[in-house]
Amino acid sequence: MTQLDPSLSGPQGTRTGAQERSSFSPAVSSSALEPGQSGLPGQSVQSGQVGSWGGAPLGTTKQSGTQGGANQGGGAFGSRQRGKVASVFAARWFEFLSTAAGITILVVLAAVAGFLIYEAWPAITAAPEDLQKVIGANAGSLLGYIGPLVFGTLLSAIIALVVAVPLSVAIALFISHYSPRRLAGVIGYVIDLLAAIPSVVYGLWGALWLAPQLDPIFTWMTNSLGFIPLFAGYQAPAKNVLTASLVLAVMILPIVTAVTREIFLQTPRLHEEAALALGATRWELVRMTVLPFGRSGIVSASMLGLGRALGETMAVLMILSPGTMYSFFLLKPGQHQTIAANIAAKFPESSGLSVSALIATGLALFIITLLVNMGARWIVSRRAEFNGAN
Amino acid sequence: MAILTAGGEAPGVLASAPRLPKWTPWVFLVGSFAVSYLALLAFSHPNVAGVVVLGVLIYAVAITVTSRRVEGSRYAADRFATTLVVVAFGIALIPLVSLLWTVIARGLKVMSFDFLNTNMVGVFGQMTEGGIFHAIWGTILITAAATVISVPIGILTAVYLVEYGRGALARGVTFFVDVMTGIPSIVAGLFAFTLFTLVFGPAYRAGIMGAAALAVLMTPVVIRSVEEMLRLVPNELREASYALGVSKARTIFKVVLRTAVGGIVTGVMLAIARVIGETAPLLLTVGIVNETNWNLFEGRMTTLPVFAYRQYAQGGVGVDRAWGAALVLIVIVMVLNLLARLVSKYFAPKLER
Repeated sequence: MTQLDPSLSGPQGTRTGAQERSSFSPAVSSSALEPGQSGLPGQSVQSGQVGSWGGAPLGTTKQSGTQGGANQGGGAFGSRQRGKVASVFAARWFEFLSTAAGITILVVLAAVAGFLIYEAWPAITAAPEDLQKVIGANAGSLLGYIGPLVFGTLLSAIIALVVAVPLSVAIALFISHYSPRRLAGVIGYVIDLLAAIPSVVYGLWGALWLAPQLDPIFTWMTNSLGFIPLFAGYQAPAKNVLTASLVLAVMILPIVTAVTREIFLQTPRLHEEAALALGATRWELVRMTVLPFGRSGIVSASMLGLGRALGETMAVLMILSPGTMYSFFLLKPGQHQTIAANIAAKFPESSGLSVSALIATGLALFIITLLVNMGARWIVSRRAEFNGAN
Repeated sequence: MAILTAGGEAPGVLASAPRLPKWTPWVFLVGSFAVSYLALLAFSHPNVAGVVVLGVLIYAVAITVTSRRVEGSRYAADRFATTLVVVAFGIALIPLVSLLWTVIARGLKVMSFDFLNTNMVGVFGQMTEGGIFHAIWGTILITAAATVISVPIGILTAVYLVEYGRGALARGVTFFVDVMTGIPSIVAGLFAFTLFTLVFGPAYRAGIMGAAALAVLMTPVVIRSVEEMLRLVPNELREASYALGVSKARTIFKVVLRTAVGGIVTGVMLAIARVIGETAPLLLTVGIVNETNWNLFEGRMTTLPVFAYRQYAQGGVGVDRAWGAALVLIVIVMVLNLLARLVSKYFAPKLER
């Protein structure tokens, strides 16, 4: 601090007191930005007050009265005002730089939305007959094009969620309350490993290993459970939406597990001990303290996982045999397609209006994931307010 | 007698129901696997998956019913829940183990010095020559460029949030960093594509486009981890520095960032590991090319994930190359994760006094 403003490094002990305060509270230091106005008297009064109680312990014997200290301080300050704006900037350049970085984040997010809207606009405003050349006649309008894709995206993500969330909660419970403590760290690391595996590898694994394994199971399902429309009409190979959703479930498992595990570990110790003191078994302990405490955490973790599953591209692209229908036949190939996989499949060969149409679907995906993620964060932040459980 | 054993086994002396001995679950487990194997032997050919599935089912029913008869319904529910939780954990291990096994087994088949050290120039049809040299370097260059873009922004934003941020702006930045974490990778790719094609014309393709897309995905991850690390730095250190008359910027540089440097390096490496396997944004922006391209600002480049995808889509001998590329990719990601763990272990801030 000393080399920043030479006027402040004088012999007055009280000045260092005021300096200390100014470096802690931004309000005071920002009032020093404008030279020669009401900020100065305010500061000198402050320094006087500091001197009255802070002077003696600091051993500043020069300072006899508060009045003199205020005058001296004000004078020293006022006489060297030239170059002060520059020195204030020199002192705070890092603050400006880091604030600018923070604002950059907002700008980038706004730019993502802005560019997508700008590029999608031609497709949104295009004449229906032009658009139908690009998206196919049976889609009708842009909404007719986006609709089945949104349906496929939501369907695959929700199936993935239905599979992954119970498993994740159980694994999180296993780590937090069942496994020996030494094992828990290793298991957590193993689950994190699942998160680190690239999505294209999941795609390869799903298409070339999992699909053949699922083939007999799906055949059995469509033979014996085929009276339920959901499972009717399986055709080998297993390139259907259920296979893709199972791979998606494996992919979102780590993040859902990680978040729920953190929440479960935060269960108030007093609640758990109270349950144990009442003679609860381990399951009763979990049911009465851990799960009620972690309920909102589970919800928000599921929504984070949903956001991940909605935007996942490669696994779906490599596994699913695409089609654009509103169909609940989970085992039939060629019925569904997701937005992300559709973009990745068609984008490299597109130009002109079809690029705009694809970007319009990307905009829809962006909005859906934005809403889901904001909902998740909102639940987390609301939970933080009620955190005084113990 | 029953009450005495109950006192020895259960946490409370008041437990009135008799408990099963501690070894019961293990005996039941072995027994139910044996029954399952014999049952499958009687009806069809037993295989590992069938024996395990049937055995676990038999075990769950047997232990619950026995516990209900001997210990009562509360303990039966407890044993059933324990079984469920352990089984769920076992199910989660299946994909991990099978994935790693498949990738290693199939990837090693094509792995050779030539595979790592040649590119795809002059390789066509079902030729088994060709390799991933260009893809490895493309991945390294593009990820490095993304790191160069996102790490300064990420660290500065984290510093802003921890050290300077007050009021609505800081709350807004925190919230939108969280939102940005959830941007789908393909949307990031579309963003980079539109940004660069608007500026440089519709035919522009370069590695830097992919780097920009990856930076959009990487920055929020960096911010989150760095922010956590900065918050771990004890306030006493900052106050001691201020008490010595050191300016705030200097305190951040010399005290806060220096204390947290291990955690920051770890966070950055984990962020790199997260984006290095991204495929979709690179598929849209950078594409694929047969020769090695060293120029980030001109022309298409090949990256490992995109290469793996295109070889898989091509089929035939390409599938083998796809597994090879996947193996190299996983090795890179695992090494990064391992290094990050080591760094965080050896350079962790010493918080104890």
